[in-house]
Amino acid sequence: MAEIDTIVAILVATMRAGTPLLFAALGELITEKAGVLNLGIEGMMLVGAVAGFIAMVLTGSPLIGVLAAMAAGMAMSGLFGFLTLTLMANQVATGLALTIFGVGLSAFVGLGYIGNPIQGLPGLAIPVLGDIPVLGSLLFNHDPLVYVSLVLLAAVTWFLYRSRAGLILRAVGESHEAAHAIGYSVLKIRYLAVLFGGATSGIAGAYLSLVYTPQWAENMTAGRGWIALALVVFATWRPARVLLGAYLFGGITIMGLHVQAAGFAISSHLVATLPYLATVLVLVLISRDATRIKLNAPAALGKPFHSSG
Amino acid sequence: MTSQATNPGPAATPQLELRGIVKQYPGTLANDDIDLTVMPGEVHALLGENGAGKSTLVKIIYGVVQADAGEIHWNGERLNISNPAQARHLGIGMVFQHFNLFDTLTVAENIALCVEDSRDLAKLAEQVSAVSERYGLPIDPRRHVHTLSVGERQRVEIIRCLLQNPKLLIMDEPTSVLTPQEVEVLFQTLRRLAGEGCSILYISHKLDEIKELCERATVLRGGKVTATCDPRRETPKSLAEMMIGSELPVCQNVDGGDRGEVCLEVDGLSLPADDPFGTELTEIHLNIRGGEIVGIAGVAGNGQKELLQALSGEMKATHANDIRIAGTPAGHLPPGHRRGEGLAFVPEERLGRGAVPEMSMSDNTLLTTYQKDMVRSGFIQFDRIDEYCKTVVDDFNVVCAGNHAEARSLSGGNLQKFIIGREILLGPKLLILAHPTWGVDVGAATLIRQAIIDLRNKGTAVLVVSEDLEELFEISDRIAVISNGRLSPARRTGDTDVEEVGRWMAGMFDTAGSGEGHHAA
Repeated sequence: MAEIDTIVAILVATMRAGTPLLFAALGELITEKAGVLNLGIEGMMLVGAVAGFIAMVLTGSPLIGVLAAMAAGMAMSGLFGFLTLTLMANQVATGLALTIFGVGLSAFVGLGYIGNPIQGLPGLAIPVLGDIPVLGSLLFNHDPLVYVSLVLLAAVTWFLYRSRAGLILRAVGESHEAAHAIGYSVLKIRYLAVLFGGATSGIAGAYLSLVYTPQWAENMTAGRGWIALALVVFATWRPARVLLGAYLFGGITIMGLHVQAAGFAISSHLVATLPYLATVLVLVLISRDATRIKLNAPAALGKPFHSSG
Repeated sequence: MTSQATNPGPAATPQLELRGIVKQYPGTLANDDIDLTVMPGEVHALLGENGAGKSTLVKIIYGVVQADAGEIHWNGERLNISNPAQARHLGIGMVFQHFNLFDTLTVAENIALCVEDSRDLAKLAEQVSAVSERYGLPIDPRRHVHTLSVGERQRVEIIRCLLQNPKLLIMDEPTSVLTPQEVEVLFQTLRRLAGEGCSILYISHKLDEIKELCERATVLRGGKVTATCDPRRETPKSLAEMMIGSELPVCQNVDGGDRGEVCLEVDGLSLPADDPFGTELTEIHLNIRGGEIVGIAGVAGNGQKELLQALSGEMKATHANDIRIAGTPAGHLPPGHRRGEGLAFVPEERLGRGAVPEMSMSDNTLLTTYQKDMVRSGFIQFDRIDEYCKTVVDDFNVVCAGNHAEARSLSGGNLQKFIIGREILLGPKLLILAHPTWGVDVGAATLIRQAIIDLRNKGTAVLVVSEDLEELFEISDRIAVISNGRLSPARRTGDTDVEEVGRWMAGMFDTAGSGEGHHAA
């Protein structure tokens, strides 16, 4: 039983490590499906992390913490939307600037909170189901945000491929001219998608500062925003593959820790690079099919839209 | 067609009436005091050259653009149409020349995007099938749009309009992408619609189509209405005079019949498509001799793009010997080297591939003439370029603000004359042209065709890829058809006709043993 317990512990930790990526990547997926490329995930995550942490410290309520993180992420993405959609600034440059801005802003705001300990988000074991051996601890014994992330995955999948609103979103990302000619408000739809992306990035940040390592540290996202961005592309814009990539990243992170704990003499720096390298590598290998990419990639991605065109 | 529909009494209310429509764009007055009346059940032609103001006018009717002045009366009621959604709500449907379809979505999804309250895709698919059967527009609602031919895409656009029970259907140059047989089917559909009381506003510059289909025509020239007439009582000549203000120019095609050396040999060229929306080329055989024009007809998207890229060198052939230019194996050569062997090339997109929009005319000249002594020891010979550029402008009647005008400031026709002139003056052994007169007005088109014929008479081998059958029959010595990546045998123009070429365009030909010449009668 001891081995099974270890494996279950590793898998549970894997899900925890993958959850922030799942949140951020699902938001970016929606944003990109609407034809907007937001490279500022890292910045939005950091601002979300610090906002959630401060709100938690001040109110003691995890719910308010998460809501504050969402609001902060949306504010950041709203700024991005204003610059790129309304003022038609270059999306790549604006996204990069948003990340740099987010790194600086979060460090500045969070200065007084470094090392401040908080009570992390409590677990939420689902009664009865949580008591099932192995499966129970694997699936029904997590913190609330893990459940939320899985519900969100299902919701995003359903929204994109089953709902009319999702169809419109994909149409806007496919050809904004055609969508405009039919009479849809391209800007409104893109704003909503960008704001959704900001909200989930905020939650992803809050997951790090409230659940994963319940504290605030400068630059604590450590490049996860970039990995989330890569996940979306390598997952060829399909939600299920985003989940696979996110948990793969989480799994290798956790494996690395266990390998070190087992006393293997590997440089910790090398181990720390593994999840990034392996995730990208695996996803590149499984998504080499050019046809699939063309069919799933939003054709208008990153192209500015002007209605008088 | 019933007489009630064609000759409504004086008391009948027009379905659509425009009074004094004015639209000013920076630099041009696109619509100048235009009146237009369309009766219920009438097929009304809107006739005019490119730039005559047809597109602007229908965009105003469809609510895409707002008029600066004038009134729109719909069914006798004056109103403003402020957006396409409102136009659709009124019962105005429009089939654009450039389709507003989404490639990666299915037919049903594309239609659902246009039909309000269409939550149930399965039910919608049923409606689509019903409409498509009723009007003879077969289409499978589950297919993805990128797998459809251009003709099928147009059907999707039409069905999309018909589902909303339109009272007025606007068709913008609908036949430019269809085979002759498909045109016949489209006309039957339109006549049936008109018989049911739907008005049709039919935009075209093809005079024979308008004579065949329409009961009334409004002719535009330079943004003004120059005539309103019954096209069935006019001759193509008189219609052309109304449209371009002078007689329809014709080009002189006197073929000396002298054929020189083989300048282009394509020998079993096969290329896999590198794009999921592209076409795979299979076993293409083609020979062109000096002093000969070969036309390649076909519906867009049947491999023209891939064939042109393979010939120009943008895509490399599998074997060097697949393509030989003037006897030299060229399948593996990049575009610049092929030009060195005597190839000149006029691509389909004028801005972007034929010319760089932001660069001046003389800089654009240098792009393809640099091998002709325009550069010495790495230095550009500006005086020689300017001279060359000026010769092109003078010889080909290019209207522009001078050698330093940006390429994008030229109208489509003038830019096309410039690009073709630039290539012709290189004195190529082989000239390949893609859609040489697409979107060019009649005057410029005649000049371009004449220049191509004159070049042929000087001994150059010419390959013209076009969707315009009339043009191909006018200038080609031999015609081949490309369909689904296969090339038909090239038949002498006199030995074939539109019927046969139309069948070939639908893929009904035999390439077996299509070694050039053996097959031709």
